[in-house]
Amino acid sequence: MSTIVQPAPRSVGRRVGRTALDWIPALAVFVLGIAAWQGLVAAFHVQEFLLPKPTSIAHAFWDQKSALWSQGIYTFKEALGGYVLGCGLGILVALLFAAWRTLSSAFMPYAVAANAIPIIAFAPIMNNWFGLLNPFSKMAIAAVLCFFPVMINTLRGLTSVHPSSIELMRSYAADRVSLFRRVRIPNALPQMFTGLKIATVLSMIGAIVGEYFGGPTEALGVKILNDSSYGNFTDAWAGIVMASLLGIVFYAVVALAERLTTSWHPSSRAFHTE
Amino acid sequence: MNAVSIKGVSKRFKAGVTALQGIDLDVEPGEFVSLIGPSGCGKSTLLRIIGDLTKPTAGTVEVNGKPAERARRDHEYGIVFQDAVLYDWRTVAKNISLPLELLHWSRSKRNARIRDMLELVELSGFENHHPWQLSGGMQQRVSIARALSFSPSLLLMDEPFGALDEMTRERLNAELLGIWQETGSTVVFVTHSIPEAVFLSTRVVVMSARPGRVAGLIEVDLPQPRTSATREEPHFFELVTQVREQLAAAGAPLGETQEPALVEDQA
Repeated sequence: MSTIVQPAPRSVGRRVGRTALDWIPALAVFVLGIAAWQGLVAAFHVQEFLLPKPTSIAHAFWDQKSALWSQGIYTFKEALGGYVLGCGLGILVALLFAAWRTLSSAFMPYAVAANAIPIIAFAPIMNNWFGLLNPFSKMAIAAVLCFFPVMINTLRGLTSVHPSSIELMRSYAADRVSLFRRVRIPNALPQMFTGLKIATVLSMIGAIVGEYFGGPTEALGVKILNDSSYGNFTDAWAGIVMASLLGIVFYAVVALAERLTTSWHPSSRAFHTE
Repeated sequence: MNAVSIKGVSKRFKAGVTALQGIDLDVEPGEFVSLIGPSGCGKSTLLRIIGDLTKPTAGTVEVNGKPAERARRDHEYGIVFQDAVLYDWRTVAKNISLPLELLHWSRSKRNARIRDMLELVELSGFENHHPWQLSGGMQQRVSIARALSFSPSLLLMDEPFGALDEMTRERLNAELLGIWQETGSTVVFVTHSIPEAVFLSTRVVVMSARPGRVAGLIEVDLPQPRTSATREEPHFFELVTQVREQLAAAGAPLGETQEPALVEDQA
């Protein structure tokens, strides 16, 4: 009976070693990809304005690192503001929809229809509403982009509870608040995080595209746009690299939060049992 | 006062299937009663009606002298399903503690009870494991510990060992009898295994299918405590045969029928 397989205690060193080993294939792809890019651009004499060499981009990035950093942070703050707003609203609406079916059936069709609208097209209108230089105009676009994936994923998590889980709570005469707190919400966490991870990238896209339609010069999107219009494509690429780095870090932070809060979920169980 | 008192209970599902018709059954405190019958005889439905998880179309159910709904609200019973229904995000200890939290027990009282329960189901040392780190049999023992944690006088069990292999099932049967004798609770147990019903019960209720009715009652007078030796006694086999014949007489084409779709009649 007591022959259960206990997770074997492993040394931290071995764990880190295993993790580093796991990264080798990805690292190899990265290095090979960059090398191929560099080699092909050099071999075929591709013009700088079409596709600069990775080394040129790295050079430009290094030269402008402090400006890029402050522009990146400016844009990231807009993205983060929109993210918090859009995701918060998405989770709230999902909770309301899960709690009141009627509400869901009344509003869901419109939520779905609204999602079919290319939100990015509203960027100029948001700029008009809130002001070109007001960061809130970019936050609004980011928020609208984040809202739907978070809402729909969280709602699915809240409602896809196994019927016997609900019957069990009913057998204890648990009230609705308990059912949400102890069953529906924990059950929804993995799917909510799926939405939250998608939203990290969407919020960056929303902020930058919003800036393309006008914004202060300290914004990354404005910098990329200006560099492109003056033909400084290598500098524009450096801006894109900064935007990507911020997006990746943002995603990684949310993914880490997911691991910490849903370590019980099958997708994270490797942490316990590998 | 009866632990369970069922009077004239019928249940019709929306699809027009009559799952139960005119069920009368009394269960005395401390009894271990098994409901046995072919798939589709409504035995699980009857168990759910006792637990007020579904309402009968006609008739009344009382648990410890209270109407079923009141009894549920007063936490008169604990239930064990075929799936352990453990929450993956909770450890073993936290799963057992769930009903205690809902009853607002203090933390120290909860912890003491969790320890006792883990001892009862022989899972001490596993309190910090998650359900998915346990075997199916162990999960079901956690589920039993949870159902008994708040000391309900009645334990409802819906084919709790149906998904387990034969060896695990027999071991858990023996453990369950030990727990039953230790706690002195009343058990209503749904199964479609004849030997399981005979081994465990003080009384077996044989049900017929379509519509589900009580086709016969068999007193199981095997002495307590029952052990694996009980399964080899001639009288055990006599009783198994008796149940089998009653099932056959009830016109139970074993394994042929399907459970009706569990869509409730809203009327």
